[in-house]
Amino acid sequence: MTKQLLKGNVAFAEAAIRAGCEAYFGYPITPQTELLEHMSRRMIELGRVFLQAESEVAAVNMVYGAAAAGAKVMTSSSSPGISLMQEGFSYMAGSNVPAVVIDVMRGGPGLGNIQPSQADYYQVTKTAGHGDFHPIVLAPSTVQEAIDLTVLAFDLAEKYRTLVFVIADGAIGQMMEPAELPEMRPLPEKRPDWAVTGAKGRPHNVISSLFMGAEQLEQMNIELQGKLRQIEQSGEVRYESLAIDDAEIIVVAFGTAARVAKTAVKRLRAEGLPVGLFRPITLWPFPENELARLAERIPAARSFIVVEMNAGQMLHDVREVVGGRVPVAFYGRMGGIIPLPEEIETEIRRQYAQVARTAMPMEARNGHHIR
Amino acid sequence: METSIIISGFGGQGALFAGQLLAYAGMDAGRFVSWIPSYGPEMRGGTAHCTVIISDDEVGAPIVARPDIAVALNLPSFDKYEPLVKPDGLLVVNSSLVTSESQRADIDVVYVPANGIAEEWGTPKMLNMAAVGAMLAARPVLPLAVIEAALVAHLPASKQHLIEANLQVLRHGFAVGQPARA
Repeated sequence: MTKQLLKGNVAFAEAAIRAGCEAYFGYPITPQTELLEHMSRRMIELGRVFLQAESEVAAVNMVYGAAAAGAKVMTSSSSPGISLMQEGFSYMAGSNVPAVVIDVMRGGPGLGNIQPSQADYYQVTKTAGHGDFHPIVLAPSTVQEAIDLTVLAFDLAEKYRTLVFVIADGAIGQMMEPAELPEMRPLPEKRPDWAVTGAKGRPHNVISSLFMGAEQLEQMNIELQGKLRQIEQSGEVRYESLAIDDAEIIVVAFGTAARVAKTAVKRLRAEGLPVGLFRPITLWPFPENELARLAERIPAARSFIVVEMNAGQMLHDVREVVGGRVPVAFYGRMGGIIPLPEEIETEIRRQYAQVARTAMPMEARNGHHIR
Repeated sequence: METSIIISGFGGQGALFAGQLLAYAGMDAGRFVSWIPSYGPEMRGGTAHCTVIISDDEVGAPIVARPDIAVALNLPSFDKYEPLVKPDGLLVVNSSLVTSESQRADIDVVYVPANGIAEEWGTPKMLNMAAVGAMLAARPVLPLAVIEAALVAHLPASKQHLIEANLQVLRHGFAVGQPARA
């Protein structure tokens, strides 16, 4: 396969198709509408299911139904639409059915705007609905990764019978980059054993999230938590690191913020500043051990700076892991603004100058917050 | 080596396609590229712009504060980007619509009557190709032949019958693209 110049939204859609997505339900919203548009043409061409529902609430329940029937299914939306879908996500988590969700985030809260944002990190990673659960959350920072992680999302959803979110922002959705698509996979020939496919000649399969007895529901929760712990311990954690071996300042960022930070880190490295980049690719499970190891084993690591397109959300996951050992600063832009490399460079220089004054007591450095 | 280019104009002037053409050509030439549009409400009638990065290394930030090259297809774009072009950068001005002149002495400026060239050698809508041609003459970011091949390869199927006219406009834009300093 050769590289094509692909828009992120189109890349998500075509990757899902090639990964074997059999049914797509959605409702248009900027900045991900090209995804739905591509699906509307290609799924019909291929004789698969495309349905533009009357609302996001309807779409997510169609996804739930198709997933319960054992189909490989996907939906996509952007921030306000994802909020509307949360009830359905929770039902799916409670029922242990697999599905893939692409969230191309935009500025909020409220209707906000249609510009790129990472302000839904909490919403998606902490729990994508009511009740105790986490979806697996993957965060691409290039169009190629949008493709690769969408394919991975289908595999993980099936492997763990879970929701998998791929979260991008409007920039990844709208931009074009050269990327390579995978070969078309054949569609599955049989449905999973647990699916509701008609109970002829076998006991009923029941897909439900309703457990009226408290003990029964606690047992279900224990099993769900067991599955989540299994995901955390099964080597699904993914991350990228750049120039960290001797880094005194480590920038932590995901998605678009990470690729902008990468430019800043490369420029400062060229000037001889000891700075590196750590980019979580799985936001849940979060690469805690890997980050902790950086704080512990790199003697030079004197400060972390988290860069996000929000008010500081992943920041708290980073602080939980490395806080108390090294200070964790933050730089963020909100409202749909992509930070420029120059802004991040300025923050890194400022932090470097600050930690260079090593006389500062640890307590004062902990939790130091830029901006 | 990394070159950042902003192309900006009214919706319908072809700023976004001109940027895509550069990105396609850069990709075909084996370079790293990114293309990112403005996709806000300005898409509906106001100015539309895109940022293209052509690089020898993987592209990090897809947007820039100050571009190496700005192509202003209309007056609002001239007003916005003329002050932002990096020192020693290039500003391409569509002089068919923009009568202002740059006062900056630290950048190269090319005035190209893009609408006029397009009307004479193609159709009025091809003004974006005249501007791209002029840009390439002043800054050979990519060889003209690579752009021509990309145009042939990536012009949408519905526009294939317009290839020859597009090439004519591109070449005539290239012919007038000699930069001058204020």
